[in-house]
Amino acid sequence: MTFAYSTPPTVRTGDCLLPQPFPITRTRREAPGVVTIELAPPAAFAFAAGQFNMLYAFGLGEVAISLSGDPGNVTRIVHTVRAVGPVSAALTRLRSGMTIGVRGPYGSAWPVTESEGGDIVIVAGGLGLAPLRPAIYAVLARRERYGRVVVLYGARSPADMLHRRELEMWRRRLDVDVTVTVDHAAADWRGNVGVVPALIPRIPVDPEHAVALVCGPEIMMRFTIDALRQRGLRTDRIYLSMERNMKCAVGLCGHCQFGPAFVCRDGPVFRFDRVAPSFNIREI
Amino acid sequence: MTAGLERIVLEHPFFADLGTAFAEAISGCARNLRVAAGEYVVREGEPSDEFYLVRHGAVALELHAPGRQLIIVATLREGEVLDGSWLVPPYRWAFDARALELTRLLGVNAKCLRDKCEADHDLGYELMKRFVGAIGERLHAARLQALDIYGNSPA
Repeated sequence: MTFAYSTPPTVRTGDCLLPQPFPITRTRREAPGVVTIELAPPAAFAFAAGQFNMLYAFGLGEVAISLSGDPGNVTRIVHTVRAVGPVSAALTRLRSGMTIGVRGPYGSAWPVTESEGGDIVIVAGGLGLAPLRPAIYAVLARRERYGRVVVLYGARSPADMLHRRELEMWRRRLDVDVTVTVDHAAADWRGNVGVVPALIPRIPVDPEHAVALVCGPEIMMRFTIDALRQRGLRTDRIYLSMERNMKCAVGLCGHCQFGPAFVCRDGPVFRFDRVAPSFNIREI
Repeated sequence: MTAGLERIVLEHPFFADLGTAFAEAISGCARNLRVAAGEYVVREGEPSDEFYLVRHGAVALELHAPGRQLIIVATLREGEVLDGSWLVPPYRWAFDARALELTRLLGVNAKCLRDKCEADHDLGYELMKRFVGAIGERLHAARLQALDIYGNSPA
């Protein structure tokens, strides 16, 4: 096992469109329609937090799914998949012992190493926790290199929360400030009810030296970024992971074009000031 | 006693930079109270004779609908205020508010403060701006919650 927290691997070019068969070693139901799949790569599989793989459900097609496991573990690949279309729905039905096609990793990474020395704010909404989970693992693996570490997570309801075990584990740590909020809850919920942007004004960070990593539905990211800016964070210290319809994953087909950028090649992680001009154009 | 309350008013984020004259007016209508975990602060439909600011702890705003289980629609924590229904008729609470843990509140007698606001429109306008801001934020949050953005977000 080796650590690959700092340097994103170079995207392969020769066989970049050829999926490799990876056996599924474990599946776990996270929430209604959401499943985490663990794969055993035939060789060490290095990736950087924020990158994604193209997962091929044989006979149906491919979808881009973020890597959601620990980038320090190169012997196990983890993806968290939500059933929204025929391919992703098929992936959520797979079981241990079955095989899927995998190509990757692709795309840009969260600035985990670059953020060392300051505070870090990780803001996830819904399934957005999955692409951010590798960044949390990476930060906690080198916890002493950061100032305050704040994790904010918004979900639809307590039953829809992902990665509960890790959230609870991180919440118990004294060196991580974890707040979970849900849109609505029953009377037995002791946690927070409300939206993620409303949590931002109270985050205990130094905005001058803080970096924010944001992933969730675009509307959630839009209002979260507004709140982060009001909190004093500069736009060049805010990063977000964009979601578009990715097909080739190597910047050839144009399906995932986002203004002048291709999300698969130039993203999915973008520094906000670099995409801000496109971010509020509804036609994009 | 009032001096202590005046300090508490000035220290509460909702009244930040209010100024001592307005703080004195508000503290003259205010009291401190502690609410045990599980205890209700207000009940839907009751007169909003008093409004509350959270100093420490957490308060859940709840809605009951026949045939459905009780739903928590918002949680208020330190620095937040329970709604503005005391400002305009019919002066009634539109939700239940229940302390989730031992909670310290600043309670302000609504009739007392409304009278002061009628007598001093500068005070009234200052409070109106603050409450409209808080109500606007809560309305915006409620709209986002109603959109069910996490329920429909793609993989």
